[in-house]
Amino acid sequence: MTAIETRAPVLDSPRVTTAESAVSIRGLTRSFGGPAILNNLDLELEAGSFTVLLGRSGSGKSTLLRTLAGLDTAPAGTVSVPRERAVVFQEPRLLPWKRVWRNVALGLRDGDPRAQASAALDELGLSHRLDAWPLTLSGGEAQRVALARALVRRPKLMLLDEPFAALDALTRMRMQALVAKLWQQHDLTVLLVTHDVDEALLLGDRAVVLIDGQIGADIPINLERPRRHGDPDFIRLRQQLLATLGVDEVAG
Amino acid sequence: MASAAVSAARPQQRAASFNSGAFLTQAHRFTMPVLILIVWQALDSFHLINSRLMPSPVMVAESFWQLLVTGQLLGNLWASLVRVGIGLGIGVVLGTGFGVFAGLSRLGEDTVDSTLQMVRTLPHLALIPLFILWFGIGETPKIALIALGALFPIYLNLFAGIRSVDRKIIEAASTLNLTHAEIIWNVVLPGALPQFLVGLRYSVGIAWLTLVVAEQVNANSGIGYLVMNARDFLETDVIFVGLIIYALLGLITDQMVRIIERRALAWRPSFVGTQSNRGAL
Ligand SMILES: Nc1ncnc2c1ncn2[C@@H]1O[C@H](COP(=O)(O)OP(=O)(O)O)[C@@H](O)[C@H]1O
Ligand SMILES: [Mg+2]
Repeated sequence: MTAIETRAPVLDSPRVTTAESAVSIRGLTRSFGGPAILNNLDLELEAGSFTVLLGRSGSGKSTLLRTLAGLDTAPAGTVSVPRERAVVFQEPRLLPWKRVWRNVALGLRDGDPRAQASAALDELGLSHRLDAWPLTLSGGEAQRVALARALVRRPKLMLLDEPFAALDALTRMRMQALVAKLWQQHDLTVLLVTHDVDEALLLGDRAVVLIDGQIGADIPINLERPRRHGDPDFIRLRQQLLATLGVDEVAG
Repeated sequence: MASAAVSAARPQQRAASFNSGAFLTQAHRFTMPVLILIVWQALDSFHLINSRLMPSPVMVAESFWQLLVTGQLLGNLWASLVRVGIGLGIGVVLGTGFGVFAGLSRLGEDTVDSTLQMVRTLPHLALIPLFILWFGIGETPKIALIALGALFPIYLNLFAGIRSVDRKIIEAASTLNLTHAEIIWNVVLPGALPQFLVGLRYSVGIAWLTLVVAEQVNANSGIGYLVMNARDFLETDVIFVGLIIYALLGLITDQMVRIIERRALAWRPSFVGTQSNRGAL
């Protein structure tokens, strides 16, 4: 057992960047004792962009995201991110002992926390669940609360680590549409980790693939929105991404 | 036990107003004790057992009434309650203090945990002779013994509870701009609360057990004193009254902790739904 460590190491010392580039990573290296998981990685995210981060399981996607969230130290390299950032993980990670609106309002410093939480929950279609206990929510509802909790902080950077992976297909499609809407309506830079190529093509305007600790492929997605699976360009990009990930196309 | 399981499993029935099924379940629970009382009384009435060794329920009731009207019962009950109250209070406060200190910091774990783990292996009741030598025969040794006994369940459970709070939730909370103190207050301590309450229930039980032993070793007031006095005068009916009082006190305090649990842990799945404010899942 280890002692409770509540303070994230780099949370208090982010280097805030200029407006053109919301995120700038240079020479980021991270290892957990063994070979480097992230190896001299460079990545720039344009403000207001929607970038999808792909990569095989264990390739270091979460590690990279956690570094940007200030949850992991970067022993080598420089990372600059806006101070206003929010994270949504694969699990909702709500506090079960706080009612939904209190979860959303947690850590808000000024103004009326309940009103702000209520507005955010309203935007995610959860105004009727304001006073519910988190453990009574469905998986999709809980994840929307997590999104509201992120959104209510008016982040410049939204970090999403496979936020839909645990949801059923129908709920996932709704959530994808919801995230697309939020990104369009708010001034957000989004970095979405996913292993789902279709999700990447539905949402992102750029796909970066993590290979051997570096950005091994950087593919712009210039498809018109709303996007359609049947679109020839969609299919072409899909094959390109799958090939980059080393997946046999026959399966798809 | 049974009542919690039943009410958790059937929230609908509980919410519905008194229906006959629930009433029958309640009634069934009393069937056995009532039968035993009737048989016991009958055996005594027909002189099938020695009422000097085993007084009949009616005799015990009479004796209870006598003790009540003479004021002996309430006076001694009060003495016992004060001992348990103060001892338990001290034990809970110290156990909580140590538990939080050891749970939250490496320094605390190193300084407190190994020591308490060692002391814990010693049955605290074995310290009675030592405590009498140290503190005399007044209230101090009894209260100290109760406090010591109550401390460990609180400490152990709170420590384990704090350490088993989901790291992922703490991590998520740390991205919400909370201070260290806010994370402890909003995340760590509420997360450890269920386990703390388990410890509290054990502590309450141990406090009563310790009281019984301590009062029988040496006391000039309290339920234990009443019982030991009765033994000297062969008043088995009074001994029975004492036993019943102990049982009732244990039962009542256990129920009190359960009520606290029910309120403090209203968010937990087994309780969510029995709460009237949130019916449908
Ligand atoms: N805290 C940690 N301690 C040790 N190894 C870790 C830790 N976090 C991640 N790793 C390792 O780093 C690698 C990358 O993990 P992760 O970033 O979670 O991958 P991904 O999200 O792409 O699936 C994995 O091999 C994992 O085992
Ligand atoms: Mg991951």
